[in-house]
Amino acid sequence: MEYVNPLTGFRVDGRRPNEMRQLKGEVGVVARADGSALFEMGNTRVIAAVYGPREIQNRGQQVNSNEALVRCEYRMAEFSTGDRRRKPKGDRRSTEISLVIRQTMEASILTHLMPRSQIDIFVQVLQADGGTRSACINAATLALADAGIPMRDIVTSCSAGYLCSTPLLDLNYIEDSAGGPDVTVGILTKMDKVTLLQMDAKLPMDTFENVMELAIEGCKAIATYIREVLLENTKRLECQRG
Amino acid sequence: MKGLHLSLNQTQRVRLDTALQELQSLAPAAASAAAVTVADTIPVNQEDNILKGHGTVDQDGEVVATLCGVVERVNKLVYVRTLQARYKPEVGDIIVGRVIEIAPKRWRLEINFSQDAVLMLSSMNLPDGIQRRRTAVDELNMRGIFVENDVICAEVRGFQHDGSLHLQARSEKYGKLERGQLLTVPPYLVKRKKQHFHHLMQYNVDLILGCNGFIWVGEHVVVGEKTKTTGDQQKSSTEAENFTPLETRKHICRLANAVRVLSALGFTLTVELIIETAEASASSNVEINDMLGAEFYVQTAEREAKRRADLLRKKNGAR
Repeated sequence: MEYVNPLTGFRVDGRRPNEMRQLKGEVGVVARADGSALFEMGNTRVIAAVYGPREIQNRGQQVNSNEALVRCEYRMAEFSTGDRRRKPKGDRRSTEISLVIRQTMEASILTHLMPRSQIDIFVQVLQADGGTRSACINAATLALADAGIPMRDIVTSCSAGYLCSTPLLDLNYIEDSAGGPDVTVGILTKMDKVTLLQMDAKLPMDTFENVMELAIEGCKAIATYIREVLLENTKRLECQRG
Repeated sequence: MKGLHLSLNQTQRVRLDTALQELQSLAPAAASAAAVTVADTIPVNQEDNILKGHGTVDQDGEVVATLCGVVERVNKLVYVRTLQARYKPEVGDIIVGRVIEIAPKRWRLEINFSQDAVLMLSSMNLPDGIQRRRTAVDELNMRGIFVENDVICAEVRGFQHDGSLHLQARSEKYGKLERGQLLTVPPYLVKRKKQHFHHLMQYNVDLILGCNGFIWVGEHVVVGEKTKTTGDQQKSSTEAENFTPLETRKHICRLANAVRVLSALGFTLTVELIIETAEASASSNVEINDMLGAEFYVQTAEREAKRRADLLRKKNGAR
């Protein structure tokens, strides 16, 4: 199948190879949560809710009493995919993604400022169209910032792939299931540090560099958007407070 | 209670937008200029050695925000004041909390902080009002004072060296709150003032604005009345005490709904504003349940915009 049109250079959904899908972010969508966010990347739509910092519920999980415990739960809604299928709660894929998100967010949260407490992050995929992992991380960042949890930096994530000898940014479901290499990158934008790098295929070194470069560009674009959303929200709250 | 589920019609939406726009234009330009998000660099003059306060870190010689909020500068200190966040206790704050657990010699309270607060049996007045050492009998009778899910008003005593937060209730005005409503709002909407207990005479209602964003609206209780009732009197008086007149209940609901609307709009909660909103609803014949509807929401926003515009005009006129 042609994933990139050889004549026009456009992708299946009409994007250019280095073009991202439409972004949309909204904070404060869950009433009872301390922080919450809805994040959309094209047709991928994710909701994140943050509870905490709050008292540790299960003391057994506490590793270090001088740091906050970060927990994360990733779930896909049954209606999120094309074929409606009930997935068991603790399947391997979601356990793995929960762990990935937790580790990525933990890298940026200043846990030592909130001793003897825990932070719960719940992310749920409402609509899956490829790149749910990245969308979840972006949503979690927004929700954590909304909850007023101190962070080192804004973590953003974006995926990139390599199909038809072209590096492609932000793969959608069709491109994702093509079986080509898929690189998910998560970076701390200001510090320029990588906190997440996943690839489940082989790529030549120089191609990989190009693909990764593209993904990092994507992350930076998302970070700019996320900051805009947060700044606007902060200004609105401050103005209304009077 | 971050927002109400409202279905605004076209005109209401336009009116709300204009009112919010006006509020935005009325706010001092400095306020929106000082807003920062996570990982924004805070411009500082490097020559004068500044002090980095809450919500800031040093990254390669730059002062960087770690929170979303507003930059505040006090002499040399630079810090970020958060808006949407959990409560940060300060010694002496008056708070309202809910008992979640009874532990040996102490109650644990949920107060919207990152940990549960602790109220020691020894740091509160006993119901009989006598100062004495707490015995094992007192400890067994702890459920006679507060049980789980009771709403309590207390004062922040301070952090113990193990990092836990301790409360105290050494006055008649602190203690169990009954016959009223507890409302939870974001703590940034409650400003620290000299007075957090308010007796609204005209309604016979007590209003407690807890610094932790827990707000109590309840029937007025006369301080020290409970201790006077003894013996035979007790039975008849408890019957009378358990009854709250309908009129008072309505007032409580009206004030509570006023708080709900104001917090959904994100306005700073002051007694004056709460009373004003409740009065406005009463005078314009808005039913208590309609106060949470779209129309009153928009009206409140408009009224606040007008009020702030008047204030600003007065201030400019005085100059």
